[in-house]
Amino acid sequence: MGVLEIAKGMGVTLGKLFQKPVTVSYPEQRATLQPRFRGRHVLTRHPGQRPGELGLEKCIGCSLCAAACPAYAIYVEAAENDPANPTAPGERYAKVYEINMLRCIFCGMCEEACPTGAVVMGNEFEMADYRAGDFVYAKEDMLVGVTGSLPQRREAARSGKPVRLGFQLEGPPRAELEGVKYP
Amino acid sequence: MPDLIAALLISLLKAVLVVLGLLTTFAYMTLIERRLLGRMQIRHGPNRVGPMGLLQPAADAIKSIFKEDLTVTLADKLVYTLAPIVAIGMALTAFGGIPAGPAGSLFGENPWVYNLDAGILALLALTSMGVYGIFLGGWASGSKYPMLGALRSSAQMISYELGMGLSILGLLMLVGTTSFHGIVGWQAQNGVLILFQSLGFALFLISSFAETNRTPFDLPEAEQEIVAGYLTEYSAIKWALFQMAEYVNMITASAVMATLFLGGWKGPQFLNAVIPGVSDWPLVWLIAKIAFFLFLFIWVRATLPRLRYDQLMRFGWKLLLPLALANTVVTAAFLAFRGSGGLWFLGVLSLAGLLALLLMSDRVRVLWNRPTVRRPESEAVRAGGD
Repeated sequence: MGVLEIAKGMGVTLGKLFQKPVTVSYPEQRATLQPRFRGRHVLTRHPGQRPGELGLEKCIGCSLCAAACPAYAIYVEAAENDPANPTAPGERYAKVYEINMLRCIFCGMCEEACPTGAVVMGNEFEMADYRAGDFVYAKEDMLVGVTGSLPQRREAARSGKPVRLGFQLEGPPRAELEGVKYP
Repeated sequence: MPDLIAALLISLLKAVLVVLGLLTTFAYMTLIERRLLGRMQIRHGPNRVGPMGLLQPAADAIKSIFKEDLTVTLADKLVYTLAPIVAIGMALTAFGGIPAGPAGSLFGENPWVYNLDAGILALLALTSMGVYGIFLGGWASGSKYPMLGALRSSAQMISYELGMGLSILGLLMLVGTTSFHGIVGWQAQNGVLILFQSLGFALFLISSFAETNRTPFDLPEAEQEIVAGYLTEYSAIKWALFQMAEYVNMITASAVMATLFLGGWKGPQFLNAVIPGVSDWPLVWLIAKIAFFLFLFIWVRATLPRLRYDQLMRFGWKLLLPLALANTVVTAAFLAFRGSGGLWFLGVLSLAGLLALLLMSDRVRVLWNRPTVRRPESEAVRAGGD
C-alpha cells in the first residue's frame, strides 16, 4: 500500500528531527582529517646531531619535484653548499624553493619524485588569502616547525594569539612528516 | 457618519495588522522551514545571522530589496510587474475573512477583517485568483521556460481547485452555511467536522498541497525540467513577492483547514473543565492549529519527492475528483435519508471512504497507468535500439 510507505518515510524524517546533526561547525569546531590527507607541503629536515639541534635540510635542490609537477607549481633554484656550514648534506642545496599554492593541485607527485624525501604533503589546508602573490610559499613558509599558512600566521601576529589550526588528525601524522606535530 | 469613519479606520487597522502578521509569519516561516528541513536531514539549518539564525529573515529581506531588479527585454513590462502584485494581493486578501475568536473579543472589536455570508466561497474565489499571478508572470516573462511552467501550473491549480471545491461540498451541505462563523458554531455544537468528513478532509488536505504548489506537487518550480518555472525570469523583490504569496497561501490553507475541519478558533470543549472559558480564547487556538498544519507542510516537504506531471494530473482527475464526488453524493444521501440517524453513521461512512482512498491510491494506479495503444513487440525493439 503506497500510503504505508509514505507513512514510513514520514516517520523516518520525524525521527531524524530529534537526532543530533552530524554537521561539524567548521571554524568553531575542528574538522577531523585522515593522516593521508594531502594538504600544504612540508620541507623536512634530517634529525639533528644532538637533541634540540636543527638537522640539515633534506632537500638537495635537484628539481625533480619541479619536473614531476603536472601543474608547474614548483620553482627550485639550487646553490653550492658552504662546506664549513652546510645547509644540506651533499654538494648542493635549494637556495630558492617556491610552490605556488594556487597552481598546485595537491596530487603528491612531487613527494613521489623526491629522492631524499624532502618535500612531503602535510595536512594543513587553510590557505585562503587576498592577493595572488601571497600564495607563492617560500622555503621559510614550508620548513618543518612552521605551523599554519601565511594568512594564519599573519593573523596570529596581528592578534598576538598562537596559530589555531581548523583540523585535527585521526592518529599521529604520517611517518614521512618527520618532526611535524599538529596541535 | 463619525461611526462609519471609526469603523472604517478600525477595519483598516485590522487589515494592516493581519498583513503585518502574515508577512512576519512568512519571514519566519522561511527560517523555521529551513531549520526544520535541516534538522530532518541531520544538519543544522541557517544559524549564522544573529542568535540561532533569528535575523536570517531580515538579512534575506534586505538582500531581496536591494538586489538588482532585472527585467527581460522581451517581457511585457506592465504585466510582468503586475503579476507578483496580483499573486500577493490575492493571497493577503483571502486571509482577512477567517475569524480568529468570538465576536468582540479583540479589545472589544471583532477578530476578523471582513465577514461574508459566502465566506468559504469568497475565499476559494480569491485564492483561485492567485493562479493569474502565476500565469501572467509566466506569460509576461517573454521566455520559454516560464511559459511552460506557467501553463502547467495553471493546469495543475485549476484541476485541483475542482477537487478542493468538491471535497468541501459535503461539509457545506452538512453544516448548511458557507460562513465561517456558522461552520465554527456548528462544530462547537456537534463536534469537529474531521470526525464526520474525514474523507473530505484528506482530499482537501491533498488539494491544498497542490493549490499552494508545495511538495510533492511543486511542479511549477520543477528545476530539473523547466529551470524554475514561472519564477525563472524574476529576481529581487518581485521574486520575493511570489515566494511571499506561496507562503501566505500556505498559511491561509492551514487556517481554512483549521476552521473547516478542526473547530476553527474554538479550543476543545473538555478543557473548559480545567480552565473555565479556555476554549473561547481568541487567536490562541487558531494559531496553534495553523502552526500544526504548517509543520505538516514542512514535514511532507522533507519527506516526499516531486510527482511527475502525468502522475499529478492522473491523481487529480482520476482519483481525487471521483472520490470527492462520491463523498458529496454519500453525504447528500445521508442527509436525504437520515431520518433520525445519528451523525456517527456519517463518520463511519467517511472513514470507509478514507480507507478506500488509502487502498486505491496504490491499486488503481496500475489500471490507469496502462498505455491505451500498445506497439507490437518488434516495432518497440526497433524504436528502442541505438
